[in-house]
Amino acid sequence: MGARAEPVRQQMRLRGRSYVAFVFCPFVPIVGWLEEIDATLARSPGFFVGKPVVLDLSAVDLSQSAIAHLVTSLESRNIRVLGIEGVDAAHVTMSMPPLLTGGRHCVIQQNKPEKPAAKPKPTSLLLESPVRSGQSIIFAEGDVTVLGSVSSGAEIVAGGSIHIYGTLRGRAMAGVNGNPAARIYCQKIEAELLAIDGYYQTAEQIDASVRNGPAQAWLEGDVMKITPLN
Amino acid sequence: MAKVLVVTSGKGGVGKTTSTAALGAALAQSGEKVVVVDFDVGLRNLDLVMGAERRVVFDLINVVQGVAKLSQALIRDKRLENLWLLPASQTRDKDALTDEGVGSIIAELRTKFDWILCDSPAGIERGATLAMRYADEAVIITNPEVSSVRDSDRIIGMLDSKTVKAEKGEHVKKHVLITRYDTARAARGEMLTIEDILEILATPLLGIIPESQDVLRASNVGSPVTLSNAASAPARAYTDAARRLMGETITMLVPVERKGLMNRLLGRRAA
Repeated sequence: MGARAEPVRQQMRLRGRSYVAFVFCPFVPIVGWLEEIDATLARSPGFFVGKPVVLDLSAVDLSQSAIAHLVTSLESRNIRVLGIEGVDAAHVTMSMPPLLTGGRHCVIQQNKPEKPAAKPKPTSLLLESPVRSGQSIIFAEGDVTVLGSVSSGAEIVAGGSIHIYGTLRGRAMAGVNGNPAARIYCQKIEAELLAIDGYYQTAEQIDASVRNGPAQAWLEGDVMKITPLN
Repeated sequence: MAKVLVVTSGKGGVGKTTSTAALGAALAQSGEKVVVVDFDVGLRNLDLVMGAERRVVFDLINVVQGVAKLSQALIRDKRLENLWLLPASQTRDKDALTDEGVGSIIAELRTKFDWILCDSPAGIERGATLAMRYADEAVIITNPEVSSVRDSDRIIGMLDSKTVKAEKGEHVKKHVLITRYDTARAARGEMLTIEDILEILATPLLGIIPESQDVLRASNVGSPVTLSNAASAPARAYTDAARRLMGETITMLVPVERKGLMNRLLGRRAA
């Protein structure tokens, strides 16, 4: 005699959930009220599609057949009634939407119209002429690219990397907002000072072997490495 | 159309006043109506170099302040009838210049002359910025040595930001004029090369003026070097530069030293 495996019983779990519904409050004469509904639908035909609608009948005194008729009229207009409130339980039959109680007033929030997407802020700065002595270029939002040389006595301060298609003779400070991955690239390195994320090297400390050719400066830990770029 | 040209440098003592006088005289000699304006208020030199220091009655500051009319302050050159000078004041200083005053003088000069050469003072303060403020073109005087080149670079940056033309988004046409080019030191490789200078300044070259005793002699006799000794090397270089300013294309001659035989045998190099 073998034990019969019991089918696994799944516990039925009851949960609560609240929804916001539109409340329709019909007034007498009902025909007049239905005409108002028609006018609204004419203006915005799909307005009530998919939205749960509750009928609040506390302002009118309808018989059971009148309620049934009203529900049918609304359904013929593509308005599905979720529930009815404000009537005696006796008036509501099983074929009608259920009686609801305990509804709370709440404000219907309009969907805010989508704000036009803000123009994306530029994240890199392009300079097409050389940077002259005494000029100071500060761009904390990202990379800076210079199509020309950076003269002695000029400085470039960037939140990102610095790319110089020319000779760097001035100061270059990259990664100023705490970006240790920033790098400095140039076609010829004669810089006065290089700094990445606060770690700096002056011209004296730059190895002679790196000079007079394309080079890049980057951070390895807290040491700045300057290597030829080929 | 009148052209306002500022002769500037940043660094002092490189040859702005000499060049203003020499270029002004060369332009006047080719028939243009030229006025040279001294903006170095308090340390004026253009009147000395032009040989007009004993004829100064009214000056730029008097005109700015409305004390005198422009025609009262302008001094005609004795040698060239279409070359005029507007001297600076020696008793005042640059704070007496105002933007509106300079603007109205330049506007009035534009109606009377073909070329208005503004001799800028050294530095980057008010005198220099006002001299360049209304310029259409600029000649940047540079000596072939590092401090002059760096200062010239600074001035080029300011020409692109502090002039009326730059503020309107237009372009001030710039030229580099290399002065005091010492041919002997260049031959020995002791000076910045022309290529280095042009690479750093990234501006077209107007001319190369050799270092010469003729320049000092000319200013001592109160004459622009192009007038006092037109055959000398600097005078010829300035004349070529003036012709380039007027739009001619002339091959650039790099000055070379020519030593005579006796000089080679007996000459001693100056210390």
